[in-house]
Amino acid sequence: MHVEEKLTAETFPASPEKATLEGKNKFLGFWFFLGGETVLFASLFATFLSLRDRTAGGPSSDELFKMSIVFIATMLLLTSSLTSVYAMYHMKNFDFKKMQLWLGITVLLGAAFLGLEIYEFNEYVHEGLKYSTSAFASSFYTLVGTHGAHVAFGLLWILTLMIRNAKRGLDLYNAPKFYVASLYWHFIDVVWVFIFTVVYLMGMVG
Amino acid sequence: MSTVARKKSLIWDYLTTVDHKKIAILYLIAGGLFFLMGGVEALFIRIQLAVPNNDFVSAGLYNEILTMHGTTMIFLAAMPLLFALMNAVVPIQIGARDVAFPFLNALGFWLFFFGGLFLNCSWFLGGAPDAGWTSYASLSLESPGHGIDFYVLGLQISGLGTLIGGINFLVTIVNMRAPGMTYMRMPLFTWTTFVASALILFAFPPLTVGLIFMMMDRLFGGNFFDPALGGNTIIWEHLFWIFGHPEVYILVLPAFGIFSEIISTFSKKRLFGYSSMVFAVVLIGFLGFMVWAHHMFTVGMGPIANAIFAVATMAIAVPTGIKIFNWLFTLWGGNIRFTTPMLYAIGFIPSFVMGGVTGVMNATAAADYQYHDSYFVVAHFHYVIVGGVVLALLAGTHYWWPKMFGKMLSEKLGKVTFWLFFIGFHLTFFIQHFLGLMGMPRRVFTFLPGQGWETGNLISSIGAFFMAAGTIVLLVNIVITTFKGKKAEADAWGDGRTLEWAVSSPAPEYNFAQTPLVRGLDALWVEKMEGKKGLTPAEPLGDIHMPNPSFLPFVISLGLFISAFGFMYHKDYSWGLMVGIVGLLITFGAMFLRSVIDDHGYHIHKEEIMEAEKKGAKA
Repeated sequence: MHVEEKLTAETFPASPEKATLEGKNKFLGFWFFLGGETVLFASLFATFLSLRDRTAGGPSSDELFKMSIVFIATMLLLTSSLTSVYAMYHMKNFDFKKMQLWLGITVLLGAAFLGLEIYEFNEYVHEGLKYSTSAFASSFYTLVGTHGAHVAFGLLWILTLMIRNAKRGLDLYNAPKFYVASLYWHFIDVVWVFIFTVVYLMGMVG
Repeated sequence: MSTVARKKSLIWDYLTTVDHKKIAILYLIAGGLFFLMGGVEALFIRIQLAVPNNDFVSAGLYNEILTMHGTTMIFLAAMPLLFALMNAVVPIQIGARDVAFPFLNALGFWLFFFGGLFLNCSWFLGGAPDAGWTSYASLSLESPGHGIDFYVLGLQISGLGTLIGGINFLVTIVNMRAPGMTYMRMPLFTWTTFVASALILFAFPPLTVGLIFMMMDRLFGGNFFDPALGGNTIIWEHLFWIFGHPEVYILVLPAFGIFSEIISTFSKKRLFGYSSMVFAVVLIGFLGFMVWAHHMFTVGMGPIANAIFAVATMAIAVPTGIKIFNWLFTLWGGNIRFTTPMLYAIGFIPSFVMGGVTGVMNATAAADYQYHDSYFVVAHFHYVIVGGVVLALLAGTHYWWPKMFGKMLSEKLGKVTFWLFFIGFHLTFFIQHFLGLMGMPRRVFTFLPGQGWETGNLISSIGAFFMAAGTIVLLVNIVITTFKGKKAEADAWGDGRTLEWAVSSPAPEYNFAQTPLVRGLDALWVEKMEGKKGLTPAEPLGDIHMPNPSFLPFVISLGLFISAFGFMYHKDYSWGLMVGIVGLLITFGAMFLRSVIDDHGYHIHKEEIMEAEKKGAKA
């Protein structure tokens, strides 16, 4: 199939993200990229685990973390992963409007998550945990902050795609772009599941 | 969609190219220049150490030269030069018209280039990094000035480029192979590129993270490595070597691939034990990730960790041995032609085995306490890196030069280069084993007389000048060839076995007028044995889709280059932060443009291809 073909709901292929060679390449290349990202976060997690008790007299994790806000943030992000699945479902059915709608909801949930994270970091700074306070502080802010930066980048990315393609609808040129953006969003979600467990749960009880 | 490629000036053409063959030439030129710089640094080191109590350079400057020699040679010379050969050859070897991501290919190059440029700007802006190429945190955190910051930010930028290049090759090799090019029909150089790219993908992120930590500690008040605030300096060592050891295999596996091609071609035999060669490459790649802590035996990890890493390290000798014997058996009974590339291959086998033997010696954890930080280690890794990688790069350059530039390098001068370089190499590094065993520590800027090290060091320094002379002959050869060289045939050496020798030299921008049908290992050889002149096509002649050139890769990389300066100086000057942000805006702005502007490429029409092919056949 060709990139610029005009398609209808009947002729739209079942896997539009892999229907062209360009799409196949993007799909595979992005999975490889996520493999590299996994190692990147693994390195950040390993460092955090080895430094999480090194508070150097500053606040420690069980003094700082509050379940409520982290729990709400987790729910927001998990839900946003679900809504992005809906968006991809509608993409495969060539329903551009519904795809945009669910992507919009995904972005809103992601933005709310990011807002909570900024609020949370602000709180911690006020409670005396600056980036330079201790090795725990540095490794905490770097791990969770890198994830936050990924969320911010993902939001800008999905928004750019939504606005850029708002008028022209779906084709085989932009379908792989939407698809890899949603893959990226799932990856961010998976990383957060580990952050929630390793940083917050283990930080409060472990 | 435009149909005709516009005529452009040469410089603009290369600044915007996304053609893998032109990017290969860019990598070759940039990597070659960095290789010369690293070589000059090596000469300075050897001049300083030629006699005891020398004061050719000061101790501080010596540290900078030594650090930059290692960093430049690994990151800015060896890897880019390998990327040059990979870009020039791999897509054609698998019967593809281009790589999977031509735009990213260009981006990878420019990121590497600007990263290397940034690192070398340090010479003129207050001093180069001086904590060794490993830049251990306890040392580098204390280093005054901005030298280490140049190291951290420069490697971060160029490392990004390498990672992008690695992903590009992985996807290219998985998705872009011609019909019939199954995995077990891929030439060994393609296989080793594939495995090396996988290593890049998994090894570079830990370096990225280590460099982020170092950047945070030095520039933004982080405490990862500062024990006073709970940090741990050993974390850097682990992250660095989790990257650093696979890096050795990222370099040497493609070198193995180059020699596999050359030995098979000039023995006029298919590679002995092809499937065991592939198996060995994959196994080495896997084991390469299991052994990083053998660089840290003396850190104090304890006997159990040391024993595990020692045994894992020794295990790598098994697949490597498989390869050595396969090369020997390929030579055995072959119709051997001693061309320049073949001389390098023959020289490589015993040289590399010597590096391997000292490797097993170093892997013996208890004995390593004696070798550690001595010239024995310096001798060991130069035997594998120079005796393996650099010989392969020189061999590959001579071997594929006609395919890249369309002219044959002079064989006579090529052989002079080989003998000068090969003799110089052994003269320089063989004696260093004994200097090390006699107790000479590495990374010292001078030594006292009367310890029995004088003769050894003098011999070593003389050897370095032989290598320099060999390199100069190569440069002369390149200049002469460029102006007067003999035009190369498609099958430049006459014995080509793989697909790159089926297309004209240099290859047309679309590589194959018709995608070939691959009918066996050594696809071209298969056709030759059936008396055919060309390849069997897998498709009718038609229009060929090509990617558009783009200036954006240059701009994206330039943005990071500017940004790195800003953030580096943000504590010293008020404009620092501003410049840092502006640089990032340039980068992200260019990425944004790439995202929103459609780029469908263009087509070369059938008629133009037929004309070009006719011209190519005549020339």
